[in-house]
Amino acid sequence: MKWENKSIDPAVRTMLGKADKDGIDTVWDRYEAQQPQCGFGLLGICCRNCIQGPCRIDPFGSGPQKGVCGAGADLIVARNLLRSLMGGTAAHADHAYEAVEALYMAADGLAPYEIKDENKLKSVASKLGIDTEGKDKNRLAKEVAETAFADFANHGSSPMKWLTATAPQERVETWGKLGVLPKNPDREIRTAMHQTSMGVDSDPVNLILSAVKLSLADGYGGLHLATDIQDILFGTPTPVVSEANLGVLKADHVNIIIHGHVPLLSEKVVEWARKLEDEAKSAGASGIQLSGLCCTGNEILMRQGVPLANNFLAQELAITTGAVDAMVVDVQCIMPSLADTAACYHTKIITTMPIAKMPGAEHVPFEIEKVDETAQQIVRMAIEAYKKRDPGKVNIPDEKSSVMAGFSVEAIVGALSKLDASNPLKPLVDNIANGNVLGACAVVGCNNAKVTQDASHIGLVRELLKNNVLVVATGCAAHALGKAGFLTSEAAEKYAGETLKAVLTAVGNAAGLNAPLPPVLHMGSCVDNSRIGDLVAALAGYLKVAVKDLPIAASAPEYQHEKAIAIGTWAVSLGVFTHLGVVPPVLGSQQVTTLLTSDPVESLLGGKFYVETDPIKAAAGIIAHIKSKRAKLGI
Amino acid sequence: MKQILVDIKKCLACKSCEIACAVTHSESKSLIGAVLQDKKPRQRVYVEAGDGISFPLQCRHCEDPRCVSACMSGAMYTDDQTGLVANNPDKCVGCWMCVMVCPFGAITQDTEQKIAQKCERCVDLEEPACVMACPTKAIKFLDIDVFSKDARLQYLTNFHLKEEGK
Repeated sequence: MKWENKSIDPAVRTMLGKADKDGIDTVWDRYEAQQPQCGFGLLGICCRNCIQGPCRIDPFGSGPQKGVCGAGADLIVARNLLRSLMGGTAAHADHAYEAVEALYMAADGLAPYEIKDENKLKSVASKLGIDTEGKDKNRLAKEVAETAFADFANHGSSPMKWLTATAPQERVETWGKLGVLPKNPDREIRTAMHQTSMGVDSDPVNLILSAVKLSLADGYGGLHLATDIQDILFGTPTPVVSEANLGVLKADHVNIIIHGHVPLLSEKVVEWARKLEDEAKSAGASGIQLSGLCCTGNEILMRQGVPLANNFLAQELAITTGAVDAMVVDVQCIMPSLADTAACYHTKIITTMPIAKMPGAEHVPFEIEKVDETAQQIVRMAIEAYKKRDPGKVNIPDEKSSVMAGFSVEAIVGALSKLDASNPLKPLVDNIANGNVLGACAVVGCNNAKVTQDASHIGLVRELLKNNVLVVATGCAAHALGKAGFLTSEAAEKYAGETLKAVLTAVGNAAGLNAPLPPVLHMGSCVDNSRIGDLVAALAGYLKVAVKDLPIAASAPEYQHEKAIAIGTWAVSLGVFTHLGVVPPVLGSQQVTTLLTSDPVESLLGGKFYVETDPIKAAAGIIAHIKSKRAKLGI
Repeated sequence: MKQILVDIKKCLACKSCEIACAVTHSESKSLIGAVLQDKKPRQRVYVEAGDGISFPLQCRHCEDPRCVSACMSGAMYTDDQTGLVANNPDKCVGCWMCVMVCPFGAITQDTEQKIAQKCERCVDLEEPACVMACPTKAIKFLDIDVFSKDARLQYLTNFHLKEEGK
């Protein structure tokens, strides 16, 4: 693969040269070695669900059209898609469950966390119908945690409380009519696993409806639950300025990179890295430099201002700088190759979760009661490793960009209320109505070795901003935009269309920035897509229309993970037009492809998938959709 | 001249060669385009299995091709420049004599045009599509002598390890 096809990030390009020189095998080398990838797999028409198989359907019609059991392409594709959604939903629900456990134990004084955001606690409790009157924060937190646990233990027929409490009422009714309201995330995953096993469901439409149901379990029992509980425990983010890209690493500091998704341990590592700075100085370093990768990186950026090292595809290259003393990982998107890369340097890979171990790494188990001791141990391991660093192997790229992050819904409403305190959403809605803001698009998701790193994120967003579409971002998409300088006031000057720029300037000045608001609002990690869901629900509520009628869209230009498939399906279920920049493995079935990209998904839910691998054409498609929604609203 | 040669032990019957071959014979030459086009392209390599082995079979482009001898319209011919056996669609009348005499079953029917179709060995590509697609490198594109030398070396290694014949 040519180096210019690997990444547009100049820091990554520099490190690719070093990786080559140091003999490091990267994700791109492995991707190239996998070419060409299996056509049956790419089209989703391989079934391994029973041991009579594996079976494959000939996509060109001359070979077998049925598996041994009689399943055709439509059924196999639908079953495989649902199994992907299970993987994604399980990841988010497990993440959220860990956060709930932490809150429950913290409320009982058994976990060394303090409940930082009482306002959020009260607001979540009220939505859940919990009486907040006269209760101290620990008692209230316990009741909130118990309500969450009850969703996971719900064996009745009522839908999940977290969903009915936080989703728009119009949607709850729509989903209810379709029979897709989830009762309990664990139970839905179990049922779907059963449904896709050999000889159960053979109706592709019924399987796609289950995919919708599972995506709602993901959206509310995963994303929303995780965001709510993490905000209660660690604080709801407010705007914060930091930096992004490998240039944040410091040659004279102990460098600790925090990688993964769940902030339970990383919040403590941040706390202890700050407290143990003197020990690093005694070891000869000037201090401790923390930075983040993937969504744990986003969590500690949003709440603690910790800079971002890079996004998913560059995790090996961060180690290749030779300057990383420890990389602490929790769960999800952690490449199994990290230990091999680290073996060429002094870097310690520290795994922490019982379900995410790695041969060649050191395992320091995360136990919630002892999290302070664990965090101290990790920081001290990094300081020890620093002493073994070989300065001859260090090469830190210069590139880094300033970023403004921390745009929770509360923070956005806070900024807008400076313009209209009694009706904070009015200025935004007015500017959408008069066309100054054409619409909004959430640009989210991963990197994928099939796409030049960050190229589709940046290409798409540049076009959207030029056309006065406001962008909100999460996940590795937000990292990409941060590295490329889109999370700054200057980006409003540079990239936003004239009318969008004027609106951003007015809001920025009113909020006391004395500069425009960034044209891309960093709203957090991948579970924080729930914040975007809340924002569009609030806009729809203010306008008294359904989410599906808003001039908005979502896009995952470079997604790779099963989690993204679950989130994307949730967005479609919310009524959002959802662009995918990588072709999902469904094209082996004409029926499933049509179901997802037009009717009946669109007529039943109001949203649909839109697949386009060219970011410029995708921007045109998104803008055309936004204009059609505006026309229907008569604005 | 390079030939398509197969290391029999390595074929896992994944049929990646079949897919790649069909894609090469599609309008767009891409998997996604091929799946979406109305007239589905057809492959010219067939993975068959029997007696414990699986094997990708395509036209062997014989030095003394029976299909050429049997062709009564002069459609099937050996190309002087490439040395490959080819079928001229303008002359083929669909009598299927070539199908009957081919010992490998490598000739099939183009169901639209009702003429014979077979592997053309991807003359426009650096390597045939089936060779590039093979994930275990069972399908090779080598000079006969190179393949034979590899086989001899393998034989000697096994002889040394007292695993002769494996």
